[in-house]
Amino acid sequence: MKRPTDLHDTFRRGLWRDNPVFIALLGLCPALAVTNSAINGVALGAATTFVLLTASTLVSSFRKVIPKQVRITTFIIIIATFVTVADLVLAAMAPAIHAELGAFIPLIVCNCLILGRQEAFAFRKPVKPAVVDAAGMSIGFTVALVMIGGIREILGSGTLFGVIVMPAGFEPWIIMILPPGGFFTIALLLALMAHLKARREARLPRHEDSEPEGAV
Amino acid sequence: MSFDALNLVWIFVAASVVNNFTLAYFLGLCPFLGVSGRLDTALRLGLATIFVMLVTSMFASALNAWVLPHAPYLRIIAFIVVIASAVQLVETIMKKASPALFRALGIYLPLITTNCAILGLALFQTNREYNFLEGIIYALGAGAGFTIALVLIAGIREENDLGQIPRIMRGAAMSFLIAGILSLAFMGFAGLFSSAA
Repeated sequence: MKRPTDLHDTFRRGLWRDNPVFIALLGLCPALAVTNSAINGVALGAATTFVLLTASTLVSSFRKVIPKQVRITTFIIIIATFVTVADLVLAAMAPAIHAELGAFIPLIVCNCLILGRQEAFAFRKPVKPAVVDAAGMSIGFTVALVMIGGIREILGSGTLFGVIVMPAGFEPWIIMILPPGGFFTIALLLALMAHLKARREARLPRHEDSEPEGAV
Repeated sequence: MSFDALNLVWIFVAASVVNNFTLAYFLGLCPFLGVSGRLDTALRLGLATIFVMLVTSMFASALNAWVLPHAPYLRIIAFIVVIASAVQLVETIMKKASPALFRALGIYLPLITTNCAILGLALFQTNREYNFLEGIIYALGAGAGFTIALVLIAGIREENDLGQIPRIMRGAAMSFLIAGILSLAFMGFAGLFSSAA
C-alpha cells in the first residue's frame, strides 16, 4: 500500500480518471454556480483544496478514535470548522474575491465531494495516502472548475482571466455567463467526456479497469 | 393589500420562480440528478425538502436572534447542526405518522442533510436579514421552487427515455441540457420584477 506507484496512481485517479466533476458528478453545485469566470474557478478551487486537504488529514489521523456510529456528524463538523477558517481568511485577505463568491464559500460544507472522500477514503487509510488522495481530487476539482469557468468567460465576456482574448468584432454571448450557460457548458463537457471514454474503450476492447468507472 | 402582505407575496414569488434555487442558483443539484428520473419520487422528495426548509428557517431565525450575534464565527457550524437535527426530526415524525411515505423516500430522506439548497436557504435568509415570518415565506417559496424544478425535469426525463438520444448525450449530459433550457425559460420570470419596480 505504501509503494510510491500506488500513491502516484491514487493521485492521478482524482486528477483525471475519476475526476470528481466530470466522472463522479460530485460537487456540481459550486462547480456551476461561481464559474462565470476562470478566476472565480481558481478561487473556489483553492478554498475547496484547503478544506479537503485539512479535513482529510484530520479525519485520517483520528480515524481510530472517531466512533463509527457518529462518523458522518463528526466529518461534517470537522469540514464546517475548516470552511469557517477558509471563509474568515478569505474575507480578511481577499475581500473582493470573498464578495464575488458570496454564500458559496460557506456552501463548501455541502460539497458532497469532500464528505464523500472522508467516508470513502480518509476514514479507512493512513494519513499519507489520504493526503495524496485529497490532493489529487482537489486538483482535479480545480481543473474542472477552471475549465468550465474558462469556457464560460471566453464565450460570455470575450476574456480569459480578465485578459481580452477574442477579436475586437466578437459579440459576447451574454447567455454563457448567466445560469443557463453553466448548464449548457457542463452538458457539453459531459458529452465530450463520454465521447472520449467511448473512443478509448473502442481502441482497447479487451482492457478492463480494476474498478468500475464512476465508483465513488 | 397592505404593504406587509404584498412584501411577503413578492418574497414568495421571487424565491420560487424568479430566483429559483435550482435553476438560477444551482443549489440542490445532487438530488436533482439522483431522483429526477421518476415523477412520483421527485414530488415526494420535493415535499420532504419543503418541510425541512421550513423547520430550518425557523431555527435559523431563532439562532440569528439569540445565539449568533454573540458568536458570529459559529454560523456555518450552527446551521449545519440545525439542518442535520431537522432532518432527523422529520425522519422520526414521518416514521411514526406516515410509515408508507417514510419507506417510499428511503435513503433520500437522510441525504437532504447534504442538500446545499437547505444551507443556502439559511445563509441567504441571514444575509437578507429576513424576520421570522419573512423567513418562513422565503422557505416555502424556495421549497416550492425546488419542487417545481424537480418535477418539471422528472416529467421531461420520463418522456425523454422514449426518444432517441445520441449515445454520448445519455444520462447526466441530457439532464443538464434540459436543465439549461428550463433555466432559460425561467429567466423570463425576471421580467416580473423590472415591470413591478
